[in-house]
Amino acid sequence: MRMAFWLPVVSLWRRELVRFARDRNRLFGAIGQPLVFWLLLGAGFEKSFAPQGIASGYLEYIYPGILLLILLFTAIFSTISVIEDRREGFMQSVLVAPVSRIGLVLGKVLGGGTLAFLESLIFLVFLIFLDIPISIASLGLTLIFLAVMGIALTALGFAIAWQASSTAGFHAVMNLLLFPMWVLSGAFFPAEGASRWLAYLMAINPLTYGMDGLRQSLYLTTSGANTHLWFCAIISVAFAALTLSAAVWQVYRIKN
Amino acid sequence: MEAAIYVENVSHKFGGRIALDSITLQVMPGEMYGLLGPNGSGKTTLFRMLCTMLPPDHGRIRLMDKNASASAVRANIGVVFQHPSLDARLTVLENLRHQGHLYGLKGRPLSQRIEELLDMMTLTDRAKDRVEVLSGGLQRRVELCKSLLHHPEVLIFDEPCTGLDPGARRRFWDDLDILRRTYGTTLVLTTHFIEEAERCDRIGILDRGRLIAEGSPEELKRTVGREVITLETRDPKGLQLQIEKIVRRDSQIIDGQVRIACDKGQQLLAQLYPLLQEKVQAMTLSVPTLEDVFVQRTGHGFQVEDL
Repeated sequence: MRMAFWLPVVSLWRRELVRFARDRNRLFGAIGQPLVFWLLLGAGFEKSFAPQGIASGYLEYIYPGILLLILLFTAIFSTISVIEDRREGFMQSVLVAPVSRIGLVLGKVLGGGTLAFLESLIFLVFLIFLDIPISIASLGLTLIFLAVMGIALTALGFAIAWQASSTAGFHAVMNLLLFPMWVLSGAFFPAEGASRWLAYLMAINPLTYGMDGLRQSLYLTTSGANTHLWFCAIISVAFAALTLSAAVWQVYRIKN
Repeated sequence: MEAAIYVENVSHKFGGRIALDSITLQVMPGEMYGLLGPNGSGKTTLFRMLCTMLPPDHGRIRLMDKNASASAVRANIGVVFQHPSLDARLTVLENLRHQGHLYGLKGRPLSQRIEELLDMMTLTDRAKDRVEVLSGGLQRRVELCKSLLHHPEVLIFDEPCTGLDPGARRRFWDDLDILRRTYGTTLVLTTHFIEEAERCDRIGILDRGRLIAEGSPEELKRTVGREVITLETRDPKGLQLQIEKIVRRDSQIIDGQVRIACDKGQQLLAQLYPLLQEKVQAMTLSVPTLEDVFVQRTGHGFQVEDL
């Protein structure tokens, strides 16, 4: 029974990786744009941006934000195919096979999540240009946050894509929901300097806690662990569980 | 004999529109059953129900015994969709392996089964090619292999020949013959091509969500009469009245032509011959086709679009 559940999951997961490896454009697409963002924004705001309590420049401030952006972009790239796959493509045959709906979601989301994680690892190399002291503990915790957020964002993308009737509709949601969620996660500017209503929006944005957790993990060596870090970890894992459930619920719900 | 598929009093609505209206039919084991109908007749809705993707609002569909779960049913059917369900970036072999995994097949037994099917469909030398480089006809054959991996008892097709050139179509039908001889699989297919329906053992004709006729193609054609006369005219209404006066027969106007179903066509043709000069551009005498069956039962032409 256990075997029968995991065999299709692993197969779906592997398909995502093989497809990705065969598509060079995607490899560079998901990392190229954030890299350009990072360099332009970082250099552009370097002198004019002085966040409270952070001595470093903007290039360093926005670096963990760009990591999150890479996760978001890869999640979107790997779930956008679901829209057509479900009605007129590959997913049709998965839906009529004796595969549990949970297995279907897990295979696809773990596949996309793995890709997001791997892309963010590539970007992690740029750490050597920044003045952030790294230890095994800080790196390990960073990787855990990247993995959890990668899965959460891919599951979120999946849940949205499954009900989207067209790629254009998905783009609209991306621009109106996903991208603002990233901007309001603290990736771009800290809540402390923002106007009160914006700070409130940032406080209820689940990505804020993933972002904060990622930032704190990177600086673990200098600032140490505190209860807020654990709070961020709990919220992020809960967010991943919630988006995964939403994705499974969508697959059960939509039958036409 | 126990039927392979029971469709019992199935109705379904999409919003306010009735897609299927009290459909009841049975498919026998080993049979090739065709669901014939124009676009919008409900055949694709019925297809989706048969392959467990859409539960009906009312009524029941049974494949196997009545207590079978959806996943038990899924393990026993093979489905070929109208739109390709292959991953174009993967090779033929990768696609088939993945499909096998969905059905719990793996290792040596799976490889053997894939080999056997590729051999049957003469695809062995294309196994390592990516699907995107194959022609439409070859892709269709890979789809067929894919649907057969797990030895399904019932194979369900949606518009199997859409988009295939005539050569690939002929090949597809030959493949189905091989398949039936080898495994005795029960086949159900939807189609809007009359010629495809003619090849089935039995057909059900759908129009606007209703099953308007069912039987073997020969049986159904016999109900129309032995022959059909078609008259081409510019004034179908006037001609219809005249025909009624001359030969006292009912006729139908379909797509601007007047049709008369009859048993002694030659005699009737002789009686109508004088009309040829003034009202009629052409007279045709032919044996009935399934299209005539459709026309007679519905009172309208077959190629109506979704109304």
